[in-house]
Amino acid sequence: MTYPLESLTAHPPNLYPGYRSTVKRAPSRPLVIIPQTLSELTGPVFGHDSLREHDNDLTRQHAGEPLGERIIVSGRVLDENGRPVPNTLVEIWQANAAGRYIHVNDQHPAPLDPNFTGAGRCLTDAEGRYAFTTIKPGSYPWRNHPNAWRPAHIHFSLFGPSFLTRLVTQMYFPGDPLLPYDPMWNSVPDERARLRMMSSFDLETTVPEWALGYRFDIVLRGRDATPMEDPHHD
Amino acid sequence: MTQRLGITPSQTVGPFFAYALTPRGRYALSDLVSNNLVTDDAVGQRIRIEGRILDGDGEPVTDAMLEIWQADGEGRYPGSEPTLGNTRFRGFGRTECDADGRFVFETVKPGPVPGPEGTMQAPHLNVGIFARGILRRLFTRIYFGDEAANAGDPILALVPADRRGTLIARPVDAGRYALDIRLQGQDETVFFEA
Repeated sequence: MTYPLESLTAHPPNLYPGYRSTVKRAPSRPLVIIPQTLSELTGPVFGHDSLREHDNDLTRQHAGEPLGERIIVSGRVLDENGRPVPNTLVEIWQANAAGRYIHVNDQHPAPLDPNFTGAGRCLTDAEGRYAFTTIKPGSYPWRNHPNAWRPAHIHFSLFGPSFLTRLVTQMYFPGDPLLPYDPMWNSVPDERARLRMMSSFDLETTVPEWALGYRFDIVLRGRDATPMEDPHHD
Repeated sequence: MTQRLGITPSQTVGPFFAYALTPRGRYALSDLVSNNLVTDDAVGQRIRIEGRILDGDGEPVTDAMLEIWQADGEGRYPGSEPTLGNTRFRGFGRTECDADGRFVFETVKPGPVPGPEGTMQAPHLNVGIFARGILRRLFTRIYFGDEAANAGDPILALVPADRRGTLIARPVDAGRYALDIRLQGQDETVFFEA
């Protein structure tokens, strides 16, 4: 069982001139298609010993509470067959409520928040579920084109079971007016695929008088499924 | 019938990933992985591999992140064999490039691993490259210039002969190898899809 190549059409092309930085960094020669060997079908495993308390609560990593709108981002990591991806590492990072990253190279003149780093991680549970408590990130300007602003987003990094399921993506918020102007968002050619990067507001995971809930399910590549022929598998 | 779900599209790692993915003591989070894969129980010859990442103008890419995934010195991928003795060796490393676009990994030299249809693959590292301006991970391999097995490697055989050299690290010293990765242009590195 291998991972079908067709699924990869959901991804942006390497060269997308609307996102200026791709112009000198995208390979110009065609990718070489190779068979999926043990090298591609295996991948690293992370255990609970690598995580610390509050790694998935970005509002409790400092002495005080960060400023901003408290949110809970949760969802499931699934494969293309709809099967949960358990015990996989999820890493996130984001700007603070004012749209500023703590990274030393971010020079946007918006305030840093001494109570917010903006980085978190967790492992999915047996059903592929994850949850982070954080604050809603702000939009921020960048220099891609005149008056360019990134829509609010949270960066996500995921592993899944093999080298081929590795994914780095960004989660967006529903109703963000900046989305239609964003080259990153627009770099995904298929609109239905684009919408899979958008979270949805979720009253069910909203905690009364505490935090708004957003749901974001992530789908990783999955091997060709033949469930009808092998009902006893799993 | 099972309905296939569409996968979530890839997006760039952007320029500001370090405080989450490669904090190295500069930020609050601890490091989950680093550029040093060597554990006291890792089987294999200890090696150091270094190089630079260059863009289409030959300029160093100073904000890239590299990940490697590899077998141990006996060709065993961690997790793939339940009886694997060297369980602390994770086979996975991650680093960022410095201001000169330079990366370094300290690891053990992988052994040959099984390939398609009963073939054996020459020792290699599986490499993922992420950066601002890279919308989806670039996937390549690093082979070793002092390995006779390269001549019979089933994956290298798929690469046009005049481009194979872009995947083969040069031995510079005992246990030291060097290879530059060129994202674009002359001597562009071969990137894979699988």
